[in-house]
Amino acid sequence: MTTQADSVAAAAPRASAWPIVWRWLFVTVVFVLCLWVLFPIYLLIVNSLSTPEQVNAWPKEFVPGFFLDTLAFFWNFEGVASAMFNSVIAALITMVLAIGFGAPAGYALARFRFRGKTAYRLMVLMTRAFPMPLLALPLAVIFLQVGLDDTLLGVALVHTALALPFAVLITFSLFMGIPFELEEAAWTLGCTRWQAFRKVVFPLAAPGMAASAVFAFVISWNEVFVAAILTVNNQTLTAFLVQSLNESPVHVKFAGGLVLVIPALIFIFAVRKYLFSMWGIANR
Amino acid sequence: MSSNRLVNKLALSAVLAAVCGAASAEIVFYSTQARPLEEAQKMRDEVLAGFDGEVQFSPQEDGPFFTRIEAEQEAGEVTLGLLGALHGDFPQVQAALDPLDDVMETLADRNISDTFVGLAKLGTDNQQYIPWMQATYLMAANKDALQYLPDGADVNALTYDQLGQWAKNMKDAAGEPKLGFPAGPKGLMHRFLQGYLYPSFTDSVVTDFRGEKAEVMWAAFKDLWAHVNPRSTAFNFMQEPLLSGEVWVAFDHTARLKDAFDQKPDQFVAFPAPAGPEGLGFMPVVAGLAIPKGTPDRATSVKLIQYLTQPETQIKTLRAVGFYPVVDVQLPDDLPPNVKIGGPAVAAQASAENANPSLLPVGLGDKGGLFNKIYQDAFQQIVIRNADVKQILDRQAGALKRIIDETGAPCWAPDDPSDGPCPVN
Amino acid sequence: MKHDEWLPYLLLAPSALFLLIFFVFPSIDVFLLAFQNSAGEWSWGNFQLMGDDFNFGPAIRNTLLLALAVVPLQIGMALAMAMAISKLNRGRDMILYIWTIPLGISDLAAGIIWLAILEQYGFLNTFMFNLGIISQPEGWLSYQHPLTLFFAVVIAELWRATAIVLVILVAGIGLIPKEYAEAGEIFGANAWKRFYKITLPLLRPSLQTALILRTLLAFEVFAVVLVLGGLDLPVLMGETFRWQFEYREAGVASAYAVLILVISIVFTLFYLWALRVPEEAQG
Repeated sequence: MTTQADSVAAAAPRASAWPIVWRWLFVTVVFVLCLWVLFPIYLLIVNSLSTPEQVNAWPKEFVPGFFLDTLAFFWNFEGVASAMFNSVIAALITMVLAIGFGAPAGYALARFRFRGKTAYRLMVLMTRAFPMPLLALPLAVIFLQVGLDDTLLGVALVHTALALPFAVLITFSLFMGIPFELEEAAWTLGCTRWQAFRKVVFPLAAPGMAASAVFAFVISWNEVFVAAILTVNNQTLTAFLVQSLNESPVHVKFAGGLVLVIPALIFIFAVRKYLFSMWGIANR
Repeated sequence: MSSNRLVNKLALSAVLAAVCGAASAEIVFYSTQARPLEEAQKMRDEVLAGFDGEVQFSPQEDGPFFTRIEAEQEAGEVTLGLLGALHGDFPQVQAALDPLDDVMETLADRNISDTFVGLAKLGTDNQQYIPWMQATYLMAANKDALQYLPDGADVNALTYDQLGQWAKNMKDAAGEPKLGFPAGPKGLMHRFLQGYLYPSFTDSVVTDFRGEKAEVMWAAFKDLWAHVNPRSTAFNFMQEPLLSGEVWVAFDHTARLKDAFDQKPDQFVAFPAPAGPEGLGFMPVVAGLAIPKGTPDRATSVKLIQYLTQPETQIKTLRAVGFYPVVDVQLPDDLPPNVKIGGPAVAAQASAENANPSLLPVGLGDKGGLFNKIYQDAFQQIVIRNADVKQILDRQAGALKRIIDETGAPCWAPDDPSDGPCPVN
Repeated sequence: MKHDEWLPYLLLAPSALFLLIFFVFPSIDVFLLAFQNSAGEWSWGNFQLMGDDFNFGPAIRNTLLLALAVVPLQIGMALAMAMAISKLNRGRDMILYIWTIPLGISDLAAGIIWLAILEQYGFLNTFMFNLGIISQPEGWLSYQHPLTLFFAVVIAELWRATAIVLVILVAGIGLIPKEYAEAGEIFGANAWKRFYKITLPLLRPSLQTALILRTLLAFEVFAVVLVLGGLDLPVLMGETFRWQFEYREAGVASAYAVLILVISIVFTLFYLWALRVPEEAQG
């Protein structure tokens, strides 16, 4: 609370120095950018709530028809609930693994000079640059052999490989941005390296780490291909429902798109606090 | 309280089972067919629900489908019970298929056509898959478009010239092209070229690939394309643009026109594909059922095949996915609109006086995709990118010859039978 | 401190091991496959097949052009958005949430959303029709209008993937001490100068990360292009998929994968060099 009041107070003189025109322009731009993000989603909702005739009509209506049958089809689709549950579990495991493996590496890259650093960075980046679907076959063979096949852990492991580069790089840039002097100061005050990290660096880096965690979650949530190959009985939502979405009739396509989008929106909304609230600390 | 704890415990064990994997007694039915969500659901609720046993129906895109089968064979760890796919899909995983001659013997009373049974051997001596269901490609038109038919044209006996004139009339009337083809990334345009255009104009698919007749054909089709909706290169299923009014007349797979007929049965008509100088070329679609080698419960898989080829199940399948039976069966009267509209057109196409049926390729092995690519590329270069017809045909004929020679595939109808690889002139 | 020497390796070990097992090890076979013919002998045949294909040239050109058009716009937009966020007092959380929404939207869903807007009978044409700008629905996404098609993909990509850049930059800006800007203000630097001389240099690590990641992802653009443009706009990743799963030529698909990898390495090294963080700042 106090931090917010402080920042308002600090910003106040600057704000009043702004010519009124600029302030209006600023507000307008922010508003337009919000519309830019939200309006397409609104149109998706309009389409999801329209009858098949309305979806195919011309000219289109910009107001939804409040026709719920298509969405109800998904609601009543047997197995959607358990598939969604599987997706959440796989995404959570991915999130934990990606940050658990990625953050220490990001810290090491930011704070130390050592041999092999560039090689490691390149290896991490190349994971992202190599088309994963081609790796699906060798991975599936290994997983079948070691019994990881058709498990959410197996799916999460591959998704972690997809998310890890993001986690490493984002945390790396975060730790780079936190002055090393802060840590050194903590050491001189008697903190061990670990204590200094926990008490000084971690609180500063937490929002960014949360951001990369959310991103890991979303990567896993949206991944179709590997999930489809590696799960048979324990399919994730994308593997179960979405992989042939593009071949379904338009009205089903739009409703399915909404079904896929909504949980991710709710998740980001739920964790936005962790994403952004520690801001005040970072700004001091 | 204690029941609550029990519930928690159950939920926890469910999570653990899912996270760590758990054995299950279900048979997994992996399929490239019935992918659209509503069809998949109908397969589960209306077709497979009647089977005496638990079936996990899992429709897959081609990529995951092939990859999973290959991976299981390579790992020697097979979980899949039954594979449902198109005739052209099976050669790509042929090494993974368990011969089904014993199963075929138990299906004698089904009276599956000899042609299909023969196709399903994939050029070997053994039954590689069991024919499951069939379809074909048709034309569909919005009734509003019929008024623009050229004088003297019968919609049930069109020629390609008349189709071109019709398309031009529609374009003039509507101000934009209203004829459409499924030439998108997942569309079946190559089937139109292989099974309809080539046979109708050249009475060949492979041998006369670059002959004079083929050059005439491409030139004619390029002219016709001037009146075709340019969004065609993004259309995968023609039912969508038909329903939206983006196109009025379209060619596609019967199962991909299904929704248009079902949603607006009074708005659309179905009719046979047009005829060319060499007759009315057309092509069947055959889907089959196969069992992977080393499947965990072969007996149940066989039982499922027997169930799916029963006449009653075949009718249920027709209702669910719009694919027609391959077995001898009396169709009931109360079928969905897509069958009532499409059925007569399918029959008219097959029994037309000038019918020139194509068979499906056999013996291309895992080169089936590359074989399709040759026709796709020729179309794209000649029609869309305006490349020189002769030059492209020469180049593609070379590629075609390489594939045929490499695989040793013999000719199939309408090409004359060959000893050894089908010649490319 | 003695243990500092092995500490970085200890910190890197889990992720390095993980990537070795789940990425490097399985990818070796795929990588080598690109350089072998079907008999398993060493050969450039796959690359020849790839280069001879009609779609090869267009795929390279489209992929690079898309990356060149999309990435700078995204960086600029995200930078402006991040600066706007840092200027906001009220409603900051809400605005930031709204702007990060596309983060959760898969490329397939984004493609579906934008197709509904841009297709011939879509919302955009309805809107223009209602305003009287067009008299009948125009097909913007056809091969006859390659420019509008390209532009449509750029718009959809901007919408879908700017959020990740924004998140990285916002996290980075949050770490820049306010005192720097305030000091700049005291010394009479105007807003633009403060941004250019203070914020931007301090943001370099985040900018570098955002640029590299977005560029790598731009080279893998695929689903959105396929939904909006069908086959009229071939891209490298799309060709990789088609060779692997439609033409069933794993060797050529691997050759494409190697190509994407090489292009990515070249761009990454360039960014690492161009935006290198001075050694002294690394502590």
